[in-house]
Amino acid sequence: MDAILQPLETFFGSAWPAVWALVKIIVVVAPLMGCVAYLTYFERKVIGAIQLRVGPNRVGPLGLLQPIADAVKLLFKEVIIPSGANKGLFVIGPILAIAPSLAAWAVIPLGDGLVVANINAGLLFVLAVTSIEVYGVIIAGWASNSKYAFLGAMRATAQMVSYEVSLGFALICVLLVSKSLNLTDIVTQQGQGMFAERGVGFLSWNWLPLLPMFVVYFVSGLAETNRAPFDVVEGESEIVAGHMVEYSGMAFALFFLAEYANMILVSTMTSILFLGGWLSPVGFLPDGFHWLALKTAFFLFVFLWVRATFPRFRYDHVMRLGWKVFVPITLVWVVVVAVWMMSPLSIWK
Amino acid sequence: MGARDYIGSLFLKELIKGLALTGRHFFLRKLTQMFPEERTPLSPRFRALHALRRYPDGEERCIACKLCEAICPAMAITIEIGEREDGSRRTTRYDIDLNKCIFCGFCEEACPVDAIVESQVFDYHGEQRSDLYYTKKMLLAVGDRFKEQIDEAKAADAKYR
Repeated sequence: MDAILQPLETFFGSAWPAVWALVKIIVVVAPLMGCVAYLTYFERKVIGAIQLRVGPNRVGPLGLLQPIADAVKLLFKEVIIPSGANKGLFVIGPILAIAPSLAAWAVIPLGDGLVVANINAGLLFVLAVTSIEVYGVIIAGWASNSKYAFLGAMRATAQMVSYEVSLGFALICVLLVSKSLNLTDIVTQQGQGMFAERGVGFLSWNWLPLLPMFVVYFVSGLAETNRAPFDVVEGESEIVAGHMVEYSGMAFALFFLAEYANMILVSTMTSILFLGGWLSPVGFLPDGFHWLALKTAFFLFVFLWVRATFPRFRYDHVMRLGWKVFVPITLVWVVVVAVWMMSPLSIWK
Repeated sequence: MGARDYIGSLFLKELIKGLALTGRHFFLRKLTQMFPEERTPLSPRFRALHALRRYPDGEERCIACKLCEAICPAMAITIEIGEREDGSRRTTRYDIDLNKCIFCGFCEEACPVDAIVESQVFDYHGEQRSDLYYTKKMLLAVGDRFKEQIDEAKAADAKYR
């Protein structure tokens, strides 16, 4: 590897760190966009199967070229900017929506040491960056100068802010037990403990001792990404498509990509924080990226499964669940975990 | 809400039940009909694209009585009458604007000689509005092309009329 990199390094000179970082970004983002495209295909197939249909099967073998056909269609469509819209903000909206969901991948470890930036406050970075997402939504909703878009943006903002609280408390439990904000450390910590030593590592992962937090985190993740059953933001039967209603063509596609990229992000974060990331569930199989991919795929499947199962929440119920159920549960559990850690029964020595 | 329900909801009891149901359906046999290759059976009374029929000797049935034009609730039918060289009363123009047509089947009911019928052909299209303006020539062509299918459907339905 060094033999290949050395001449490149001398060729680029002082620009090398920037070039190398760019290369790493492309290596992460390009496959991610591919995953996003095929997640839409996967979604249509899974929901189809649950509804006793077969899903897309015409474009290419098994319909595998469907996402590409969709992308081409959206690329060639006109991006219409409404005459009453604030043009600058209207364009910035979708960019602000997708940028954070990609930027968060900078700190996601895909394997032991396989990470673009192994920073110490990784968890904090993810939380902070994904919060910016709200700006994209509210700017898009406001700049569209449309009542549906604005209503959707208001709902989205209130919902994302509310669920970030319970999401944050769930993460506090994780960082309490792992004593680190570094995502790589959080994963390696899960590989230690009574069960991991006996070769059944999956019982040592955070999901078991933090089971309520695991569920709360995933459900809050559903709400954070505005997915069913918390998709009141889009609510096609009431406010058409929420903040996206005035967008067309590639501008709309960016929102679409952002939503799916966020789904992948939340699934990956759940796998890393609660299901031991790239760690193998049993001792006799090697660790590696494939485990993270498998776990993420499972959570993505659950995302779609849930979407195909539950009807949309009413808006006040969404808020009730966030504030009156999740926040108390997480608050109590933070205390429980803290006491547990200080007690002689602690399993995180 | 009793304590039982409360605990049940905390453990997501109903949600898991629902997920189990859809999870089972995920593995069930899929019922999709692959449309152009597979077609669902149609009732002989199914009403779609119009056709003008002919007698077995090739003579067109329509006698230009204008009953269909009169009964058409959408005023989709336009008829003009003229005398043919052999002195018989025929239509010189018989147009159906399928953009207006509501496929109610009244024209077929009104026709005394079973000339205008609605066939079971539903998968036709037009690439512009004028494509869906069917003239006499086109309607006769539809009748000739789908003759067997139309005759079969009418025969199957005849005993109920």
